[in-house]
Amino acid sequence: MKMVNQQHFLKNRKFTTWFYGYLFIAPTILAIIVLYLWPMVQSLYYSFNEVKGFQSPVFVGLDNYERLIQDTEVFGALGNTFLYALLTVPLGIFISLITAVLLNTNIKGKGIVRTLYFLPVVSAPAAVALVWKWIYNNQYGLLNQILGFFGIPGQDWLGNPKLALISIAIVGIWSMVGYNMIILIAGLQDIPRSLYESADIDGAGPVRKFFNITLPMVSPTLFFVSVTTVMGSLQVFDHIYMMLTPESPSFKSTESIVYLFFRYTFQNYNKGYGSTIVIFLLLIILALTFVQMKLQKKWVHYND
Amino acid sequence: MTNRKQGLTIVYLILLVGSIIMVFPFLWSVLTSFKTQAESLAVPLKWMPESWGFFNYKKINETLPFVNLFLNTTLMVIFRCIFSVFLAALAGYAFARLKFPLRNFFFMMVLIPMMVPGQVFILSQYLIVSKLGLLNTVTALVIPGIVSTFGTFLLRQFFLGIPNDLEEAAILDGCSIWQIFSKIMLPLTKSGLVSVGIFTALFAWKDLMWPLIVNMSVDKLTLSAGLATLIGQYSINYPELMAGSLIAIVPMIVLFLFLQKQFIEGIVTSGIKG
Repeated sequence: MKMVNQQHFLKNRKFTTWFYGYLFIAPTILAIIVLYLWPMVQSLYYSFNEVKGFQSPVFVGLDNYERLIQDTEVFGALGNTFLYALLTVPLGIFISLITAVLLNTNIKGKGIVRTLYFLPVVSAPAAVALVWKWIYNNQYGLLNQILGFFGIPGQDWLGNPKLALISIAIVGIWSMVGYNMIILIAGLQDIPRSLYESADIDGAGPVRKFFNITLPMVSPTLFFVSVTTVMGSLQVFDHIYMMLTPESPSFKSTESIVYLFFRYTFQNYNKGYGSTIVIFLLLIILALTFVQMKLQKKWVHYND
Repeated sequence: MTNRKQGLTIVYLILLVGSIIMVFPFLWSVLTSFKTQAESLAVPLKWMPESWGFFNYKKINETLPFVNLFLNTTLMVIFRCIFSVFLAALAGYAFARLKFPLRNFFFMMVLIPMMVPGQVFILSQYLIVSKLGLLNTVTALVIPGIVSTFGTFLLRQFFLGIPNDLEEAAILDGCSIWQIFSKIMLPLTKSGLVSVGIFTALFAWKDLMWPLIVNMSVDKLTLSAGLATLIGQYSINYPELMAGSLIAIVPMIVLFLFLQKQFIEGIVTSGIKG
């Protein structure tokens, strides 16, 4: 009798658990379907349609994609985006790693330094972009005036098509270093101290310790940082939108793929082609993430 | 030993230079925000303003409806935080501690949006808001933020870290699942809840594209987006713009300074043990 009761209890408990499980995830799953999964399907669907203004979609098959692969504007924007990623990702991660390693040592005032590095991360990009735009101003900007003290001729940092993307990349690096640094510090703190102690006994110097212990041990974190940073840099929009108007002479050499998507979808109201551009970006990001996953086996060192 | 001292000096020097580069733009915008326009355009440059008047802050307040912008931003942040933290706690707990059929399948649904660039969703989200007749409202600002996939993921990590014994003891005591969740689990993940809240606030605060798309009238925008509408029109009056930028930056920095520990803990938990 008691056994039956217990079985009954357990079975009841199981169904109650199921009920609560579904109840608890229901709002989240519903919201995800409506706000994320359905929109993904819709973007994909729109990319095969012509959707102009408020008209209903007209199916055009692969027309948008054919147009895309011949569109020099798309490849220009893609080139700018890749160049931006190339300028910001390696240098940004390098600076973050160096800072993280230095701040992981036993020095005074590291709390303050961490906070200072983190300030750009918590600042609104609009505000950040405006400040930098002012610093970069070719007539009155701080940067040119400082360079002037040293007798270096000033530059039109944002107006010169050859310099504009580099100028924006500098702001990009400045904004992201703090974030990556914090993640890397966390990774560094997980490295067992005993490894360094035994290296000390073997008489290894700081450089050897860095390359033989620190780098391999922090590589999983470094991998995470590089995947997210690549993804983020391919979606660059805010700083470019704030620092350059389409009338600027250097707009063509800085417009990113997300900016192009924004212009087509929400300014020209060509939703079909805009969707094609963003699906194209999605494919590129997926491909790059896949490549990074494959490459990680060569350099990422997992302990377990 | 001197070698070690030299090394330490170099470390301090690098960090000092780095810190100066990090803070300088902020300092420069503070200084500029107190200058007259003529002072800001002076060549050679003047570091300090002649007087420390707040006239630029008054002027930008006439150019932009800052009280409205501030109110919109605050309301958006509060509502997004309430919804996303509560929903993420429920779902995160279920995914971590309750066993039910298709659990992993549903969890995959949570992971997908995290791997896809946000712009893929934005057009449909806009169409939904537009169909509901919510364009140019504060509700429009809130909508895509009512659920946080990242928060769900993060809180699941927190709940996974809680030992089993606690739950088993509660079951033996006859606690219902809701009681276990609300009385035992939630208090134990307080720091997780706070970090999801902070992250929601940060993302909402920094978002530019969404408010610019859904709200056309300036008095319905967020601080960040309101500031963005000034590009082009006010490209010359930098002291005024710097005052505006500082108004848009300061609340988040204050929040960060108070909740620094949770901020960093949130990043660390989400970043490492994926």
